[in-house]
Amino acid sequence: MERIIEGKKITVNEEGFLKDFSEWDKTVATVLASEADIVLTPRHWEVLEYLQQQHKDEVALSIRRIGKSGVLDIKEFYQLFPIAPLKTATKIAGIPKPASCI
Amino acid sequence: MKEGNGAIKKMMIIISKGTLENVYAGFVLANGARMEGIGAEIFFTFFGLEAIHTKKLEHLHVATVGNPAMHIPTMLGGLPGMESLASMMMKKEMEKIDMPDIPEFLDILTASGVKLWACKLAMDMFHYTKSDLYEGVEDVITVGDFYNKSAGEGVHMLFI
Repeated sequence: MERIIEGKKITVNEEGFLKDFSEWDKTVATVLASEADIVLTPRHWEVLEYLQQQHKDEVALSIRRIGKSGVLDIKEFYQLFPIAPLKTATKIAGIPKPASCI
Repeated sequence: MKEGNGAIKKMMIIISKGTLENVYAGFVLANGARMEGIGAEIFFTFFGLEAIHTKKLEHLHVATVGNPAMHIPTMLGGLPGMESLASMMMKKEMEKIDMPDIPEFLDILTASGVKLWACKLAMDMFHYTKSDLYEGVEDVITVGDFYNKSAGEGVHMLFI
């Protein structure tokens, strides 16, 4: 699926996740965040960068890994992204939805 | 369809058994709900209380007797040490797939906003007090209280 964000064309899957990370930028992230009722703070950006780095390093993401990341704990993760944090945060970060049950 | 297109808003999970596999099932379902933005609460009753009893929660075992899926003959399953052996093997496999152990899982659940409740009747029966329980347990409540907490649309109840 194609959609236009601030005049820029991006390709997303049926759940709204970016298909190509090269189309991601901070404007895209801000718009995707606002659609999830989230206003991105510096702390959010730190977390998004961490998630992107993990994805780049091909590390599978899970709630448990977030808790052990040393970047933030699970409680804060839920505070920053209250509804479905892993799903929401990865969507905003422009990376694929983790296929994790934990 | 009524009720918000049938969307699940909250899972009320009752854990009534103290075997490792049953407790894990409840924990994975509760955590999985939170990961999807669905509320989750767990009511621990009867042997399920072992999962939140501080002195017992680290010693849960897999059932080796009366569990055909283990593919261990019942007579062998009853031998001393079999449960410990099977549990040890299962825990090793779980670590491989990044499954937390019970204490860590409880921490993950409470950090994720899962509410943990202990059944009053079962607590009385086993002579447990709240101080015996994992610190993240909200309270000891009656089955009626649990039903009251389950009110609302899109709330589902699951007995394990």
